[in-house]
Amino acid sequence: MTVPNSRFAANGSGGAGHRRPGLNGAGLNGAGRDAASQDGAGRDGDMLWGAEDPGLTARGPLTGPGQSGRSPAGPSALRLVWIYPDLLSTYGDRGNLIMLARRARLRGIAVEPIQVNSDQPVPQQGDIYLLGGGEDLPQVLAAQRLRAGGGLQAAIGNGAVVFAVCAGYQLIGSVFGGAQGEPVDGLGILDISSGRGDRRGVGEVLADVDPRLGVDRLTGFENHQGVTRLGPDARPLARVTLGVGNGDGTEGAYAGRILGTYLHGPALVRNPGLADLLLSWAAGALPALPDADEAWTRRLRTERLAAVSP
Amino acid sequence: MSKLPIRARVASTLGEAAGKVSRLTGRGDGSVIGGVVGLRVAPDLLRQLSAGRQIVLVTGTNGKTTTTRLVTAAIGSLGQDVASNAFGANMESGLVSALSGAPDAPYAVLEVDERYLPSMIKATSPRVVVLLNLSRDQMDRAAEIWLVARRWREAFAAAPDIRVVANADDPLVAWAAGSASHVTWVAAGQRWHEDSWCCPECGSHLRRDELGWRCGECGLSRPSARWVLDGDSMIDSAGAVHELSLSLPGRANRSNAVMALAVAGLFGADVGQALPNLRSVVSVAGRYTTVQRRGRTLHLLLAKNPAGWLEAFDVLDPDGRPVLLAVNAQVPDGKDTSWLWDVDYRVLRGRPVLVAGERRIDLAVRLEADEVPFDLVDGVEAAVDRVPAGGLDVIANYTAFQQIRTTLGRTA
Repeated sequence: MTVPNSRFAANGSGGAGHRRPGLNGAGLNGAGRDAASQDGAGRDGDMLWGAEDPGLTARGPLTGPGQSGRSPAGPSALRLVWIYPDLLSTYGDRGNLIMLARRARLRGIAVEPIQVNSDQPVPQQGDIYLLGGGEDLPQVLAAQRLRAGGGLQAAIGNGAVVFAVCAGYQLIGSVFGGAQGEPVDGLGILDISSGRGDRRGVGEVLADVDPRLGVDRLTGFENHQGVTRLGPDARPLARVTLGVGNGDGTEGAYAGRILGTYLHGPALVRNPGLADLLLSWAAGALPALPDADEAWTRRLRTERLAAVSP
Repeated sequence: MSKLPIRARVASTLGEAAGKVSRLTGRGDGSVIGGVVGLRVAPDLLRQLSAGRQIVLVTGTNGKTTTTRLVTAAIGSLGQDVASNAFGANMESGLVSALSGAPDAPYAVLEVDERYLPSMIKATSPRVVVLLNLSRDQMDRAAEIWLVARRWREAFAAAPDIRVVANADDPLVAWAAGSASHVTWVAAGQRWHEDSWCCPECGSHLRRDELGWRCGECGLSRPSARWVLDGDSMIDSAGAVHELSLSLPGRANRSNAVMALAVAGLFGADVGQALPNLRSVVSVAGRYTTVQRRGRTLHLLLAKNPAGWLEAFDVLDPDGRPVLLAVNAQVPDGKDTSWLWDVDYRVLRGRPVLVAGERRIDLAVRLEADEVPFDLVDGVEAAVDRVPAGGLDVIANYTAFQQIRTTLGRTA
């Protein structure tokens, strides 16, 4: 999985190495944020929370610059595409979108969050795609629609980053267990296969991340009955020290810029290092944040790690 | 009581005694232990205690306890005794305790945990089942709500004599009630949409407009309602408009009241007769209570899940007085705090926000992300000392709420 991002790749090497020109320069930091806030579209909430009408929460299909009109956050904004919040958003999945947007903006990177409902085509020009958790039936429906639509697959061909959680994690694999445990075809974009286990894994998780990724220990919460096996083209994201994860001592999986985990809901809230990994895959190396911006997150990590340590 | 078989009578009496012991020794309010004891002696006790009564079961994710109280008040206007598990003990033992404690009441209004509705329907053969709403709630231990709705639907299909009173504005509820033979639809409103974007029948994205919701694929749509909540007023099944003027605050309680009046109407209570009883309800199991503390007036609100928080924000003082938020994650709360990210806290901007509870750091990170300034405090007493004389709104989830009530001396 080394296809470079078609819009931003400078060196074509894929992975974490490429940088997005123009986004990391100090002079653009403020401008990026101002552009986002002037028309009110750059606020997390204004974009992420719709009014009463479901149509308002969706940005609609993104057909690329010049076709869908000016992007409110500027043409070079980082596009965070939340896939099917109407089907796959069960455990605070919005938190991952909020954290990615926040940590990008704190570094001066303009962000355009895009929600795509299940009756809309998945845009092909996003930078990071998010898939959340869901119940059995919505998971099957989401898989069917994504398979038929092809937008996510095309985006991956363009070098997009994918972060998939729980039901979303299972459905990007080759197969997963449906409502009665029957095998259902997934998207096959990550070399994993899932089925239903004997018991539900519910509770806190601790897991040590593959050292190649340079991310601190994972802390999170899982709630699933899935069992996932990794094929030769996927690596375990982490080794479980507490919890169930994939069911074989590993937790999550990744290949190239596609990463999935059973740590549900706002996994990136407790694991800002994972958020930064995804951002760096899309936008290049990131500067560290000032301590003031990390204080509460660090305190939460410290508290949760202490709460489950023997 | 005298109609009960001897074993059931003994069981019921033993249970009552255990409940009294529980209350006298201060171990609890006795609303569960009595039932536990009784059921051990006679496992069939609930069915026997229900026989011959007019039973109303009330369920849904939010508003069960309040609506149970309001239905009890509304039916009470008929002048006969009404048994009820008024303190939210909504599993089988709580129902047994409530019925044992009022053996001669011809009516019973019983709050039921949404997961246990099918088995409680079998055990109590209710005349009426009230369906309020369904949304995500404590998902580390609760069943997923599409599954809950499916089980309700199966239960109604198997019990054609039941009259269901259901909120037509909640698609999942409407779908579940759709299998019942008799439904009284109530336009009770739905503010929380995050769990019903998709059609429960076919899974397609639902369309919503001012007239309600509709599936463009299979055609499932909002049923037309005979009882309608309209702002501060209600339109009854005869088309008459009534000012609700409740003592309980908020849109959610107006919604609960309309459901209660629709239920009472089925038993022949008219609105003019029942509404004064609803207005006299000022607090329910400590919720909506006002407590004086060192020159501050505390307004206590319970919110257990995202939809509940949304409704609680609706009740906050419009002039921006300080608010204390308290969150725990014990077993009754759900041990998973992910739901915090399903709540939009931006409405709190512009008012002083204090944060307490065992998971206050989770809440702090959440508020920071929503750019809501806040201060951590150690608890309700510290919050009282932190704010100027005047009002303090308090929103807490389940065990945090109980802790606050205990701290305030249960005057609440």
